[in-house]
Amino acid sequence: MHHFHSEFRECIVVSSKGLVEIVFHGRGGQGAVTAANLLVAAALKDGNKGVQAFPVFGAERRGAPLRAFARISEEEIHLRSEIYFPKIVIILDESIIEIVDVLKGLKKDGKILINTTKKPEDFDFSKKYGVATIDATGIALKHDILVGGIPVVNTPILGAIPKILDRVTLPSIQAVIKNKWKGEGGEINVKATQDAYDSVEVNF
Amino acid sequence: MTVMIIDTGNYIAAKAAVMARPGVVAAYPITPQTTLVEGIANYVKSGEFKGEYICVESEHSAMCACIGASAAGVRTFTGTSSHGLLLMHEMLHWAALARLPVVMCNINRVVGPGWNIWPDENDSISQRDTGWIQFYCSSNQEIFDTVIQAFKLAENEKVLLPVMINYNAFILSHTSMPVYIPEQKEVDDFIPKYKPKWKLDVNNPITFGNIILPADYEKIRKDMQSSSENAKKLIPEIAKEWKKKFGRYHGDLIEKYKCENAEYILLAMGAIGAESKVSIDNLRKEGLKVGLARVRTFRPFPQEEILKLGKQADLIVIDRNISVGFEGALFSEVKASLYDKSDAKVYGFIAGLGGKDVTYNDIEIICKKTIKGKVKDCEWYGLEGV
Repeated sequence: MHHFHSEFRECIVVSSKGLVEIVFHGRGGQGAVTAANLLVAAALKDGNKGVQAFPVFGAERRGAPLRAFARISEEEIHLRSEIYFPKIVIILDESIIEIVDVLKGLKKDGKILINTTKKPEDFDFSKKYGVATIDATGIALKHDILVGGIPVVNTPILGAIPKILDRVTLPSIQAVIKNKWKGEGGEINVKATQDAYDSVEVNF
Repeated sequence: MTVMIIDTGNYIAAKAAVMARPGVVAAYPITPQTTLVEGIANYVKSGEFKGEYICVESEHSAMCACIGASAAGVRTFTGTSSHGLLLMHEMLHWAALARLPVVMCNINRVVGPGWNIWPDENDSISQRDTGWIQFYCSSNQEIFDTVIQAFKLAENEKVLLPVMINYNAFILSHTSMPVYIPEQKEVDDFIPKYKPKWKLDVNNPITFGNIILPADYEKIRKDMQSSSENAKKLIPEIAKEWKKKFGRYHGDLIEKYKCENAEYILLAMGAIGAESKVSIDNLRKEGLKVGLARVRTFRPFPQEEILKLGKQADLIVIDRNISVGFEGALFSEVKASLYDKSDAKVYGFIAGLGGKDVTYNDIEIICKKTIKGKVKDCEWYGLEGV
């Protein structure tokens, strides 16, 4: 659907101060779109005035690779196009690395957060980019965060994000989670974010 | 107290519609409008929406129900998209000619076949001559503010025309953005209860839509035209009042951005109009004197404002639509506005049909190509393999 014009180049977006663009790669059902929405709600709480979250528009199928986008800025965001040059890439399903070029357009100082049992050094691209790893599936299973028998990894992943992005804090992430899922459901997901925050490994 | 919430364009439109306290909402779901209807249904469940919510079997019936309700004297709202809007076509004329102030959101979506749910503007552009006022929004905040303002405009005795608020499929309908929501009382004060001069009333029977002979029919058409001219004056007044009360302003018939000393002014509608601000900033940084005029109302058309721009600069028009057999619709209207009154050059580009992404970079390329004098009068931007 989108296209890269032959003259397409990355240029400085001067109209939005402190803009951070984030791409989530997941599979339908893993909660990537919800993760993007919760992340920007937390970022707004943390004083970032311009935020935006949106899915790749189209038919979504359970299990199929999909992307979701988030923008966080110090001021109002005028951009309405997809994200082509992310600062952060978040991978909810490790197997997607084999089939999607997840590093496409990643900025030179970009960071990658992966749901995996491996360590950052286990990934070749850790020589070039900042890599953070978290066993989000393990945490989801530990806390019994399942939908239709499938572990939903989005809340553990959210807990790991403050370790790679200082514009969003763990208390804000936990607050928006509690706001979305009242009662016990919210508490379980908050515990999962704490576990993730405490166990994330980084190479930077 | 004003609160800030973060939500998608459709949920924000639902919030605005419910805060306007319509007596009737009648709608039929269609992608990508579905979550707008879902949002209103949620307010029915929570008890926040106290009007009548009518589930109908088609969009034609949705507009018929709105016409009936509006004629009975209550504030009326609906929403649709693409083929749904097209199925309403006959009834769109009816609502306008009956002078019923129905307010509707249309989520701009491609018309098929081939089947495609992504954004372009051919659906609403093809309803240009129905007599509806047409707004095009570029942010979720603008959607909220425009829905409330639309009731005030439509229900004004000097206007009494239905209003269609257009916004791009997914780019706005499914994108979460922060939006300031005023208090219910503030909205109530801004748009008091709708009190029509005439309404269907069993205790005071009058006839609506009866046979009308040629000479009188011509008068009602002229009256619509005069009312649309009145709307041109009222839209800025209402926007000003909104700004005074709530501190937010999205422009009048057009929104100007960095047009001071511009030698070229870009004209666009909808989401491209927001993305263009990034392009203008970048072009200005490179020393290129380019400004933006985002067209907010396609009907009434901002002829006078565009003529002013044409006296200052050459114009670059981006259309996310095509009137097959001629050119982009905005391009045609812009040139017609200048005819015999300005010698500005006008360049037209077709871009983003079928939901193809239009980035700030694409818009910069369009502007630079034009400045270099390397364009034909009307071009299809970025078209590959044809």
